[in-house]
Amino acid sequence: MNRARKLACVVVLAVCAMSLAANWLAPAGYAKQFRDAPDAPPSHQHLLGTDEIGRDRFARILYGTRISLLLAPAAALVSTVLAALVGGLAGYVGGIWLRLARGFTDLFLSLPWLFLLITVRALLPLNVAPLVSVLITFLILGLLGWAASARVLSTSADALRNSDFVLQARASGLHGPRLFLVHVLPNLKPVLYAQFWISIPVFILSEANLGILGLGVAEPLPSWGSLLRELEGMISFREEPWKLVPLLLLIVVMTSFQTLLSNEEVTA
Amino acid sequence: MPLPKALLWKIARHLGAIAALVLLGGLLSATLVRLAPGFDADERELDPALSAESVRALRQSRAGEHNILRFYTNYLRGIVHGDLGTSHALGQPVQSLLRERWPVTVRVAGLGLLLAWLVAATLAFSACLWRLPAYEIFGITISGAFLCIPAAVLALLSVILNAPGYLAIALIVFPKIYRYSRNLLAKAYALPHILAARARGLGEIRILAWHVLPVAGPQLIALAGITVSIALGASIPVESLCGLPGIGQLAWQAALSRDLPLLVNITVLVTLVTLLANSGADVMTYMLRPGELETPHEPGMKPA
Repeated sequence: MNRARKLACVVVLAVCAMSLAANWLAPAGYAKQFRDAPDAPPSHQHLLGTDEIGRDRFARILYGTRISLLLAPAAALVSTVLAALVGGLAGYVGGIWLRLARGFTDLFLSLPWLFLLITVRALLPLNVAPLVSVLITFLILGLLGWAASARVLSTSADALRNSDFVLQARASGLHGPRLFLVHVLPNLKPVLYAQFWISIPVFILSEANLGILGLGVAEPLPSWGSLLRELEGMISFREEPWKLVPLLLLIVVMTSFQTLLSNEEVTA
Repeated sequence: MPLPKALLWKIARHLGAIAALVLLGGLLSATLVRLAPGFDADERELDPALSAESVRALRQSRAGEHNILRFYTNYLRGIVHGDLGTSHALGQPVQSLLRERWPVTVRVAGLGLLLAWLVAATLAFSACLWRLPAYEIFGITISGAFLCIPAAVLALLSVILNAPGYLAIALIVFPKIYRYSRNLLAKAYALPHILAARARGLGEIRILAWHVLPVAGPQLIALAGITVSIALGASIPVESLCGLPGIGQLAWQAALSRDLPLLVNITVLVTLVTLLANSGADVMTYMLRPGELETPHEPGMKPA
């Protein structure tokens, strides 16, 4: 691991640790309103000021980071499992199943991602409890984000199916699920891991897009999307630079992920 | 000159795929619309000013959508007659809404794409020509930074800075074009016959035109097809947040008001445009290099 990747790893771990310690680090809860100080600038009491209804911005960033950084991997796990089921199994079985799976995957890939996301999000109720909105948002990301990974996995599984060692295993009498679980799946693991890690930053950005458009996590729960929505009311960078902190944090985390994944993408 | 049989077969296959995908997309959307929670609910029914007769008329107008197959048959029949239904939220025919909004999206996304390609291609070509480490780092840093910013934030920043909407689309699409085309060109320049041409003192322009572009060209055309989809996706946040009355803003308004017939039509239309762009790129790639059959799928290219 080179220096840049080590540094990126430290940054991601530090941000994760801080968000997990939000209960101790944050001066108040994410929904607690300081009604005497709405839209306040940074001070000793409020390190990054307050939002327009008087909630501590630093606390909201910590809790919002926790939600985005914990649930994006969960969504990535869902999409990777789906991709393994659709792409991995189809590639292993081959023939018409592989062609059908690739056709279905192409159908999904031909739908522009954001159009697909907002369409499916709109199919579900918008006026729901904040916790339900979190689950809906990340579940949609997980359930819809499998197609690109499935295509990669189907190609890898197809190559494995035709490999010498699988042929030998078949000749030795190994068939069906056992052949898949013992010989094919372990060899698909590197691709699965790569697809899992690649999906995380994609889902973080997608949640942020949905949040800014008002189709993501519902108030008062914070997430990076809802925190970035505050930029909508911003007049100029010079007057209120502290409002850019969530964006800077997102850029730092995403850059760290990009650095960490630079080799994974090559592998995938 | 008659078109070769293989090319005709390829075009027919693409047209068949487009028709099948639109039909499947329509059926899937119709099914999802029907199964969506709150499908039967209409906020207008809560309006105390409406009489019982008006409420009944409202329910009657939605009755055709209750059965999936009937909804789907009506939808297909409507398409054949040029009727795409009526928007629940805006109370206007979907067809006229799409006709009004489409030119805005074509202009904004088109200008954004043009600008993104111009900047990205210039940067990528000059990085390969000059091979200066500082220039390389500059390109990677700039494209990396824009890749880390959500499309909606770039749209918001363009509003704050009073920049035009197409600039936001250009900034969203640029990093994807730059990274992919830079890698393609670097791979092409590393080919042995190009290294040999350089060693023999062939001019850079001649190398580019005669040896690099024929290698990287087909894949760059395929990339052009994919960027149409990315630009259309980016039009949602850009048009919504910059107040541009295009298809993206219409889709966003339809999503917020859960105007499902409108959303279904927009999604099918955008998918159709995406497929046409990808198929066009694929056919052009084939015409340039008959051996090259499939449009490449790059992991991580899709989401914007």
